[in-house]
Amino acid sequence: MAKTSDLDVAYVARLARLDLTNAETALFQRQLGDVLRYAEKLCEVDVSHVEAAAHAVPIFNVFREDEPRDWFTAKQALSNAPSQANGLFIVTKVVE
Amino acid sequence: MTAKDLPAMSIAELQSLLRRREVSPREVIDALRARIQDVDGEIDAYLSHDFEAAAKEAEKANVDLPLGGVPIAIKDIISVAGEPCTCASKILHGYRAPYDATVIRKLRAAGAIPFGKTNMDEFAMGSSTENSAMKLTRNPWDLSRVPGGSSGGSAAAVAADEAFGGLGTDTGGSIRQPAALSGIVGLKPTYGRVSRFGVVAFASSLDQVGPLTKTVRDSALIMNAIAGHDLQETTSLNEPVPDYSAGLGRDLRGVRLGLAKEYMIEGADPQVKAAIDAAVKHLNSLGADIVDVSLPHTDYATAVYYILATAEASANLARFDGVRYGHRAENPKDLLDHYGRTRGEGFGPEVKRRIILGTYVLSSGYYDAYYLRAQKVRELIRQDFAKAFEKVDALVSPTSPMPAFKFGERTTEPLHMYLADIFTSPANLAGICGISVPCGFADADGRRLPIGLQLLGKALDEARILQIAHAYEKSTDWHKARPPIAAAIHKA
Repeated sequence: MAKTSDLDVAYVARLARLDLTNAETALFQRQLGDVLRYAEKLCEVDVSHVEAAAHAVPIFNVFREDEPRDWFTAKQALSNAPSQANGLFIVTKVVE
Repeated sequence: MTAKDLPAMSIAELQSLLRRREVSPREVIDALRARIQDVDGEIDAYLSHDFEAAAKEAEKANVDLPLGGVPIAIKDIISVAGEPCTCASKILHGYRAPYDATVIRKLRAAGAIPFGKTNMDEFAMGSSTENSAMKLTRNPWDLSRVPGGSSGGSAAAVAADEAFGGLGTDTGGSIRQPAALSGIVGLKPTYGRVSRFGVVAFASSLDQVGPLTKTVRDSALIMNAIAGHDLQETTSLNEPVPDYSAGLGRDLRGVRLGLAKEYMIEGADPQVKAAIDAAVKHLNSLGADIVDVSLPHTDYATAVYYILATAEASANLARFDGVRYGHRAENPKDLLDHYGRTRGEGFGPEVKRRIILGTYVLSSGYYDAYYLRAQKVRELIRQDFAKAFEKVDALVSPTSPMPAFKFGERTTEPLHMYLADIFTSPANLAGICGISVPCGFADADGRRLPIGLQLLGKALDEARILQIAHAYEKSTDWHKARPPIAAAIHKA
């Protein structure tokens, strides 16, 4: 298992698109270091012959008939939009 | 009987009054409203409620339906059309659900009235409801202590008689642990038994919806309404739904109950240990055989849980990007600034911590070491249970290693809070069902604090653990005890 000191909270926060204050970064660095050190106990377990379980219960692809149904109206879908116009979500500019 | 007595009733008692037309659904809503006005200033279980809407539904309620005219409190992570669904997070401030979750649709079909949205740890991440961005919910048994979490609002509302029953969600113990700490009954169904469609996702391979109630019978009644297959949800099990109340009343002769030595941990509160020992003796005296079993990978469950749950949460919470709903940062200079500030401003500390941890364990170079290894140990935990259930019908343990703790007692070190899930998260990892029932009290500072007994059953064996829990409840008086807040108001 990797060294827990590898955790760089500021770097991971950028990956997660999550701004942290300096105080949060320092606090999480320490707290999550403790959590990862605790998680190192998983190294004791011999998992060489174990297949990973994605779900506790076997789950397969589930399909339903591909038929149109009544669902959201555009108005409902936009009802919680932080910014909207002309039946569309207004988003932050992506291209210059 | 006066209107003032109504809120103290169980769902089953309320139903019999409603069916005999001795009380009307409208009178029930009014009585509940009065009760909430009396006590919720002290408890703070609710985040929102719409009396007018509930009263309107009550006028047309069909009391002959299975839950006809019965109001049910809903954890604020479950969508009720037109009502707020904030997950107790600033990032969903002002959000209103555009549709009913499947569980709400099913409750309505059974005649129930969804009434009030209850407080919780933000995005169901926590074991004390202290991570709510909105407010603290207090334990009705001792207002200086937490009600447990994350479904602490539903648990406290039911315990304080300001709800007849409630819905919660359980990802690592979030129904059973607050039920134990608040002195009520909480059931986590088998993974896939109850649809999560319309429920905000935390950790999708672990989340389940279930009831918090005053009695085991009430738990069965709600399960009858909400269990079942849902085409809207791919993990929903297409298995027949039994009548969960049918087996209640059967005795325990021939029932084999497993006691896992790994659950006898050093750190558990001695009063909790004593109460569980007494409960096991009592179950034995009712005819159950007590069998020693081993769940050798128990000690790894908390580590596995916090790797998998945070990994899944980091992916699920990516949807909170400030585009289609929820908080959006003002005047972002570019798209990265938009995402980073929207999420930094909207999420609280515990949610941020878990997003960081989850992103890290999934990131390149660490995926195999943490996430994949945790998935493999999860499989070993699942196999432990499968082996144990070859020998026994259900497993017995404490629900929580300690009774309700004080505000702030466990918040400074997240790992301390995480260890509160030690007896509950293995069931989520294995996908099996579990229930917590009141089994005694601990004394602390002159107060009585409830203790919960956990029964774990095989996948889809809810009827069995309900039957065992009911036999225990019927022959004990723990569930009849009322918290001081209920008693004080009742006298006044």
